[in-house]
Amino acid sequence: MNRPSAGTSLRFVVLVAGAAVMVVPFAMMVATSFKQQSYVLTPDLVPDHATFDNYVRAWTSSGFAHYFLNSAVVSLSTVLLVLLLGSMMAYAFARFEFVGKRVVFYSMIATLMIPGMMLLIPQYFVARDLGVLDTKTGLVMFYVAGQLAFTTFLLRGFFAGVPRELDEAMLIDGANRLHIYWHLMLPLARPALATAAIFTFLGSWDEFVWAVTIIDSQDNRTLPMAIQLFQGQHGTSWGLVFAASTIAVIPVIAVFVVFQRFFVSGLAAGALKG
Amino acid sequence: MSVDTERARTGPPVGTDENRRARPRPRSGAGARGSRLTPYLFLLPGLVLFVGLVLWPIVQAARMSLVDWKFTPGVPSPFVGLEHYDRAVHDPVFWKSLVNTGVYMVATVPTQLALGLALALLLNKAIMGKVAFRVLYYLPVVTSWVVVSLVFEYLFSTNSGLVNHVLHDGLGIGQEPVNWLGERWPAMAVLSMLGIWKGAGWAMLIFLAALQTVPRDLLDAASVDGAGKVRTFFSITLPQLRPVVAFVTVMLVIGGFNVFISVYVMTGGGPGDDTQVVLTYMYKQAFEFLDFSYGSAIAYLLAIIIFGLSFAQMKLFKYDEEAS
Repeated sequence: MNRPSAGTSLRFVVLVAGAAVMVVPFAMMVATSFKQQSYVLTPDLVPDHATFDNYVRAWTSSGFAHYFLNSAVVSLSTVLLVLLLGSMMAYAFARFEFVGKRVVFYSMIATLMIPGMMLLIPQYFVARDLGVLDTKTGLVMFYVAGQLAFTTFLLRGFFAGVPRELDEAMLIDGANRLHIYWHLMLPLARPALATAAIFTFLGSWDEFVWAVTIIDSQDNRTLPMAIQLFQGQHGTSWGLVFAASTIAVIPVIAVFVVFQRFFVSGLAAGALKG
Repeated sequence: MSVDTERARTGPPVGTDENRRARPRPRSGAGARGSRLTPYLFLLPGLVLFVGLVLWPIVQAARMSLVDWKFTPGVPSPFVGLEHYDRAVHDPVFWKSLVNTGVYMVATVPTQLALGLALALLLNKAIMGKVAFRVLYYLPVVTSWVVVSLVFEYLFSTNSGLVNHVLHDGLGIGQEPVNWLGERWPAMAVLSMLGIWKGAGWAMLIFLAALQTVPRDLLDAASVDGAGKVRTFFSITLPQLRPVVAFVTVMLVIGGFNVFISVYVMTGGGPGDDTQVVLTYMYKQAFEFLDFSYGSAIAYLLAIIIFGLSFAQMKLFKYDEEAS
């Protein structure tokens, strides 16, 4: 431990080199987003004649302001619903004994192992039969259903750790279960709720496959599918594509950097206790 | 924030619920029947969504793979048994997609494990900029697959990409610029590199969390006994990490089989079907050729392979544990 700092310096150099590998693709993306069209095929990290034009055009004439709004509406609705429904289920699992508890709980856990894309085809037909193809409702419903198991699992662990004496004290004071859930459990579970919210937000903000499968009309596109379709149609307009990409990535990075301590705890909970 | 779930699970006996019910509860107004219904009321909204949109489709996928699925509602779909599975087994493109998926897994899983563990070990001690490194390494993990796939497509484009620029113009390697995404193996290499680049930070973060749980006194004891760093790692740290290594391996293998968006965005499975992976092939059959039954059969075959492999890995890790 008290060895000279040669080892530490070497470690630092290796970490910096690794970090560079992680950052260069992002740097290229951002650099290209500031390039004029005649420069986008030059591999420079610092653009000549940098321009903000791509952002203005992406946001206005290419419609990414609208796609951004769609993504925001869909992701935030998903987060709110997942937190509400997931915490209700978690509360039931943490505080009640009832017939079918184990079956329901373990079937939810089991679906965590099933890759989402396996269900794409039948889910498409369920969406068709419910009449929610090509709607934002169709996106939110299936995002919520898909994220519910993880959130319930995460929150159940947290609720189970809340001392039962607190519930009992409130029951004696005449509170009912709904009151306890809303005024005791949810406020206490704020860190766990934050963790669940972040995972759910990132999951739905970045989601692509379901969106590209059920959404047809331009009006309902979310950012990832809009970016992919835009690139498909304007193959070499990399400046615009990456301006739109940067716009899409900024909220993700902001959420991640600001809330990263919740992130680590959530991942650790999933890995070490799961 | 750590939660003592174990204690809570084994904690207060269920019987206390009975006592509680007997007490007067003025504001709730619900009798014994109401109490019995309460948990179901909390479960109901979520459960309806879960059963309708997740559990039911699992059953439905199996049914679709065994019939000749008719797109039009109300038209009966004739039962054809394992015909679609038989077709998959004799379909050279399915096999090609399976081989490509396997290659992707072999290329990405061990590399991500090794890199993740190495980075975690490097970051496990006090070092300048620790938080910054952690954020930077994790950044690709949280970024949308679509965006990073497009970025890699741009970096590896044949005539103007940064990679060819450095290799060809900078280092003078090769006569011609490499046509990265236009041929099978170079394209698989690029897809694998993207997978590793995007996933290594995830493995790192899990290992980093796990390293905190290796008992300090074990490491100290090893050090007192004169064990070097390498020896300590292989004799103490790695065995302690075994369950986490198992977890990460299983998750990475599942993730490897799930490769889809990068292939869909960067090569579309082409040229020809040369870079088709199982899920892009499934998607093509279902949503391009509208052969939903065949797509479902492919999806189920993949699910069976994934479950088999996950099960085998868990057995393997457990077996070793008992043997040692």
